[in-house]
Amino acid sequence: MNLRSRIFRGKFWGYLGAALFLVVLWQYAAWSLKNPLLPTPKAAILATARLFEADLGRHFWVSTYRVVLSTLTALLVGLPLGLIMGFERSIDRFLAPLVYITYPIPKIVFLPLILLFLGLGDASKIFLITFIVFFQILVTTRDAVRRVQSETISSLRSLGGNRAQVYRYVLLPASLPDVLTSLRLSMGTAIAVLFFAESFATTEGLGYFIMDSWSRAAPDEMFAGIIMMALLGVGLFIVVDFFDNILCRWQHLKGN
Amino acid sequence: MIEVSHCDLSYNQAKSQVKVYDNFNLKIEQGESLVLIGPSGCGKSTLLYLLSGLMPPTGGEIQIWGEPVKGTRQKTAFILQEYGLFPWLNVEQNVSLGLRVRHMTKGKYQLLVEDMIQKMGLGEVKHNFPSQLSGGQRQRVALARALTLQPDLLLMDEPLSALDALTRERLQTLLLEIWQEQKLTTVLVTHSIEEAVFLGSRILVLLDGRPTQVVGEILNPLVGQRGYRQTEEFFQKTSYVRSLLERGGLDESAK
Repeated sequence: MNLRSRIFRGKFWGYLGAALFLVVLWQYAAWSLKNPLLPTPKAAILATARLFEADLGRHFWVSTYRVVLSTLTALLVGLPLGLIMGFERSIDRFLAPLVYITYPIPKIVFLPLILLFLGLGDASKIFLITFIVFFQILVTTRDAVRRVQSETISSLRSLGGNRAQVYRYVLLPASLPDVLTSLRLSMGTAIAVLFFAESFATTEGLGYFIMDSWSRAAPDEMFAGIIMMALLGVGLFIVVDFFDNILCRWQHLKGN
Repeated sequence: MIEVSHCDLSYNQAKSQVKVYDNFNLKIEQGESLVLIGPSGCGKSTLLYLLSGLMPPTGGEIQIWGEPVKGTRQKTAFILQEYGLFPWLNVEQNVSLGLRVRHMTKGKYQLLVEDMIQKMGLGEVKHNFPSQLSGGQRQRVALARALTLQPDLLLMDEPLSALDALTRERLQTLLLEIWQEQKLTTVLVTHSIEEAVFLGSRILVLLDGRPTQVVGEILNPLVGQRGYRQTEEFFQKTSYVRSLLERGGLDESAK
């Protein structure tokens, strides 16, 4: 436990150092460019504090729940399906071609269609992000399951484990590290898609806030939105890291 | 008694049929410690998979205590090569897994598991994961997990092959004690001649060749006696097993 808290503290100082470094870089760029479109960090942070109470907080909350809900839905559907496709060859043979054909299509091009069917509200954004993250989780999980050695499955079978228990005790824990890695990578994509989806035909969310500030030529407010977007990304990253540390502790140990 | 009668096992490879076993017969008495020895790829591990029920024979039948084997049995414990431990479970969870899979409640298995962990000398490492254990400790975990199931048949696939000499001897003695204490029917696969003679009340020498052949059967009644390893008899038996293995090797090259 002591070691764990020490590692955590080390990580914290690392994050803080990196953040300070970026702020210094930003400050330097603002000074040397002297362009009103790039405010100083101080102006942006003051704007963030000022606007958070007004409506920035609400936009942040809307964006957060859109991303979180989408990711959870994608996980809830993609993980089981990936496990099944990885293990049940007959089902995989049927579904794999479908996945292979649809995976490389950039799903974002369906946005106009999705807006048409699901409207301008939350549903269309959540659906689009879910759709994109789902494929990444599905493919990663399936590949992870395929790498599980048959001896490991035999070992559980020899203990008397049935098919459902093979999923529960072998396939799920064996693929979890890969799933979390793909989740971490998907977070970046999810937020990028969120920004895009929120940047038109809507009045809520950080994407809207940023584009709105931009069109009002309020760079400090725009940067306030960018800061919140960055915080959202970092926050989600930390959450995934946290689960990784708890659920996949065995992966982070050094053998003797 | 365990009876393997007229067993065939074959698989298709590049359009030709490979026969691993062809009309294979074997009887194992209750309480016997049977050792299978032979070169790599001679089908010794496959025989364990057949006995465990994980792999069905393509022909013939296997009976354990009069019951035909159809899939895995509750009372057969199988320690796979590389121990078959789950890297994501700690020692305690690995040992209890067999009981959890059998839907035993925590209240029931906790004492059993704790008892077995102490008996195997794993008390200090029970919260460690397999990657943090030495080879000998991992083997003890695998053994503990198998024994908590209170099996009547213990199958082991080269359980000690990856260990250093001293750990290996210590665990051989442990296996011998378990076998003598519980009169447990065991089938052990090894490629160490010494180990075969030290642990087997009967030794089968198998040779590669498709199908697998039994080239020798050695009864070893003195197994388990104190200081057996240092006796003349032990030395003679090992030389005999070696000669059988070597002769088979010569035959192979003469073909």
